[in-house]
Amino acid sequence: MAGIELLNFGFEFVEVFAFIVLATVGLAVIFGMMGIINLAHGEFILVGAYATTFAFAAGLPLPLAMLTGVVITAVFGLVLERFIIRHLYGRLLDSMVVTWGISLVMIQLVRIAFGNSAPGVGIPFGQLPVVDGPVYYLVLATIAVGVLGGLYALFAWTDFGVRARATMQDEETARSMGVDTDRMYMATFGIGSGLAGFAGALYAPVMTITPEYGTGFLVEAFVAVVVGGSSVIVGTILASGFLGSVNAAFTNLAGTFMGQVAMLVAAIVAIRLMPDGITGLLADWRENRGESR
Amino acid sequence: MLEITNLHTSYGKTPILRDVDVRVDEGEIVGIMGKNGVGKTTLVKAVIGLLEADEGTIRFDGDEVTDDPADSRARRGIGYIPQGRDVFPELTVEENLRMGETINESNGDLQYEAVYDYFPVLEERREQDAGTMSGGQQQMLAIGRALIGNPDLLLLDEPSEGVQPSIVQDVTRDLERVNEELGTTILFVEQNLHVVQNLAERCYAIDKGTIVDELGSDRLESREAVTEYLAV
Repeated sequence: MAGIELLNFGFEFVEVFAFIVLATVGLAVIFGMMGIINLAHGEFILVGAYATTFAFAAGLPLPLAMLTGVVITAVFGLVLERFIIRHLYGRLLDSMVVTWGISLVMIQLVRIAFGNSAPGVGIPFGQLPVVDGPVYYLVLATIAVGVLGGLYALFAWTDFGVRARATMQDEETARSMGVDTDRMYMATFGIGSGLAGFAGALYAPVMTITPEYGTGFLVEAFVAVVVGGSSVIVGTILASGFLGSVNAAFTNLAGTFMGQVAMLVAAIVAIRLMPDGITGLLADWRENRGESR
Repeated sequence: MLEITNLHTSYGKTPILRDVDVRVDEGEIVGIMGKNGVGKTTLVKAVIGLLEADEGTIRFDGDEVTDDPADSRARRGIGYIPQGRDVFPELTVEENLRMGETINESNGDLQYEAVYDYFPVLEERREQDAGTMSGGQQQMLAIGRALIGNPDLLLLDEPSEGVQPSIVQDVTRDLERVNEELGTTILFVEQNLHVVQNLAERCYAIDKGTIVDELGSDRLESREAVTEYLAV
């Protein structure tokens, strides 16, 4: 009995962890690397989901339909960056108001263009034998870990990653080193948008797709970014692990609703105790350790 | 190599540089000296392209670059070392050096070993975050970062600022070595008497945003001639 409960908890954790990671990474890249709070993040996810579901309905195999969703969202993000977002760098409040406006306009446009719902996509891979849940959630968790690993490799090991981090730290100096910083901002925004579209595409088979589809991801995404702090990868991992554990534990004990409540309470306590997020606390700890040596 | 003609620059509506003419030939080490707030940094920023020229022209290697953005000028072969070093604090020493590879697309990059030969401390601290190093070490890193791209022209904004005197002497010697061994042309702005006298082969004096004098090697040896333009 205890074994089954443990398995259920593990499965619940894996499911929530994957959801938080995939919902968050696009937002974390755009906020952490560029300082833009993208309140239209949910609608970027929406674009990915709609593009996936319509591509699938048109006859593309699911992986290709998802790829279509990612590409269309990335291109959508690049166009938006080119014409609107690039004028908002360094203007935090303005960027919030503008992206909120974009979010409202997009929801209504989708409603007008496609109605109140979109064609569904069946959950692939079937059910797990022991735990009550689809195999697909384990696939999502594997993909979430792969996305984190891929992002780490991109930003830590490649020339692009080093230049992107340098640009975010000191744009003027990066430009004077020969880096086309405008292109760097555009590419980073495109990656963040594509990741948001990826989340939308991956969850198209398991969530009902309506014009408000994106709002279902927003709470977890914003809470995880704030709790995680400024470091994109480490912050996302730690926040997703922490929030995922709390959510999974309380969901197992008292149901889904209490799991959500417990996660939000834990987030409030975490923000109260760690105003700069978990990675901010770790940075302070490292600094203090260095000073005391 | 570098020819600045009738350059006018401003911050908003406040004019800073007026009618500046500067010429630097290939292989030279040329200084621009002046007191605080006379337009030295503005001039360097205008040369690298971080500030737009209101009037006048800047030619580099025979081509006009006046309207080119900074990244384009760097890729053409200008290595820039900003005032206060401006290393990327959260990148490691090696990652900072890697950033210099974009400079001067036409020349091959220098080997990291060559840069470590000039500044051995960079090799010892290659995995360390640049922001945790001392001012002198950061200055060496900023120079090394620009050198990695093997630039034709090295542009330095007050290399002595915030660096302890013994390290300033080392940096001055290193820059002379770079000029001799790699043939890199150097243009620097400075208000430190020691650096001006020991590094420059020729020096312009700038005051209130305009070039007021040009000193050859003979006049540079005279402390009085130099201090006239510095707050010593």
